[in-house]
Amino acid sequence: MLLEVQGLNAFYGDAQALFNVSLQLRAGEVVGVLGANGAGKSTLMKSLTGLVAVDKGAIRLRQQPIGGMPPGEIVKHGVALVPEGRRLFPSMTVEENLMMGGYSKRPGRWNKHAIFELFPILEEKRSQPATSLSGGQQQMVAIGRALMSNPDVLLCDEISLGLAPVVIKDIYESLPDICSDGMSVVVVEQDVIVAQQCSARLYCLQEGRVSLEGTSDALTRDQISEAYFGI
Amino acid sequence: MLETIIQGILLGGLYCIFALGLSLMFGVMRLTNIALGDQIIISGFIAIGMATVLGFNVLWIGLLLLPIAYISGFCFQGWVLNRTLSKDPLPSLVVTFGLSIVIQNTLQMVFGANPRSLDVGSLSTAGVELSPSLTVGVLPLIIFVSAIVCTFGLQWLFAHTAIGRSFRAVSDDREVAELMGLSAKRVFATATGLAFCLIALAGWFQGMRTTVSPSDGPSLLLFAFEAVIIGGMGSFWGTFLGAMVLGVTQQVGFHYDPGWGIWFGHLVFIVVLFIKPNGLFPKTKG
Repeated sequence: MLLEVQGLNAFYGDAQALFNVSLQLRAGEVVGVLGANGAGKSTLMKSLTGLVAVDKGAIRLRQQPIGGMPPGEIVKHGVALVPEGRRLFPSMTVEENLMMGGYSKRPGRWNKHAIFELFPILEEKRSQPATSLSGGQQQMVAIGRALMSNPDVLLCDEISLGLAPVVIKDIYESLPDICSDGMSVVVVEQDVIVAQQCSARLYCLQEGRVSLEGTSDALTRDQISEAYFGI
Repeated sequence: MLETIIQGILLGGLYCIFALGLSLMFGVMRLTNIALGDQIIISGFIAIGMATVLGFNVLWIGLLLLPIAYISGFCFQGWVLNRTLSKDPLPSLVVTFGLSIVIQNTLQMVFGANPRSLDVGSLSTAGVELSPSLTVGVLPLIIFVSAIVCTFGLQWLFAHTAIGRSFRAVSDDREVAELMGLSAKRVFATATGLAFCLIALAGWFQGMRTTVSPSDGPSLLLFAFEAVIIGGMGSFWGTFLGAMVLGVTQQVGFHYDPGWGIWFGHLVFIVVLFIKPNGLFPKTKG
């Protein structure tokens, strides 16, 4: 098992956002995490990357506990996050944003050129301020920035949010290429169809608890709706 | 009048070096260092102390001051100021304000209230003749050139180096910067180390150009603050130009009445705040 979360409790501010959450991720696997607003998806991503403290439970990467490490250590171990809302560095160009992503200097296949090959439009706009790009292009920068650390686990927090359907399709079509060398991806989504299509297994979160888990193909829409909305 | 303006620009060079330290710390971590003026003064006193006790040459003192300043700044940020940083700006203000009082009183105790200066020998009176009626001092000229070099250097550091990128990253979004593997606290400590180098340079120059006395700090802080605000927070060249405006205004004031100079500077500061609250040269956003 590449990444293993066991009985995780975490707080968002003063309120408990995760209750006894367990999750497994194998090498080379794409796993979807579904849930409505406030279900705890982002808190889960933040505790996996060290931005939110782990209150109880364990997070293990290749059997090694990483829960509670500072974010800078976790990225060195090979977990990278594409944060919700992209959060590019506004004072930097596209290229500088990518360079910041490579700060941890983890070796691997991803560098500026590989990113430009994956998203050719970014090479054209490499010297522009990152925040002057369109939403979809900014999302590509955010994904590229996370890839620059050559992670073994890539966490994508709602990368479809606020983007046009065509753009979402484009971005998700780059996933197989990204995973082609055995990288694992966790895709956090509100969009059930997108999540089901791109992932091998799904987890549904509801009010901070795992309400459903299973193979994406085997789960029915009704099961997912019930786990999603609790109706 | 031309002479007054040139003197003002040269004075602005000194103010620019005061202001860059403030601008740097504010830019990287939104921290206002209230003790800046007193740190400049204490640097001046340390330089004077080195000259009288150790008998060092002025140039050596300057070279020695910089690494000491860097290490003090790095440690001060790491051990003290990093603990005060949060969304609330008050704790860091209170701590640096307290430090300001401590420095002033310590200096009073150790050195007494008399103004002192750093002896630079013939350099203090050396001048360059620009025209038969216009001579400018070599020392003020050196200070002015240093101000340009510092401004240019900082701007280059921020725009083109990895250190500069890490400064911008933690300033833009500390959380995401840490996700990339940066230690924000370490970056902050580096920034304060650099700011303290500028502060030491300012104290060294202040001690050479005029005098330092333990109670001078707050007015130096005020000049630095005014230069930064007049220039706008956007870039170090803004700070440089703000310092020029302040220096020239003060000098013009002095020209009319020796009692008016400082007051004139404050007046222009208030006028700028009224007309352009973001400063004369704010950052232009694309």
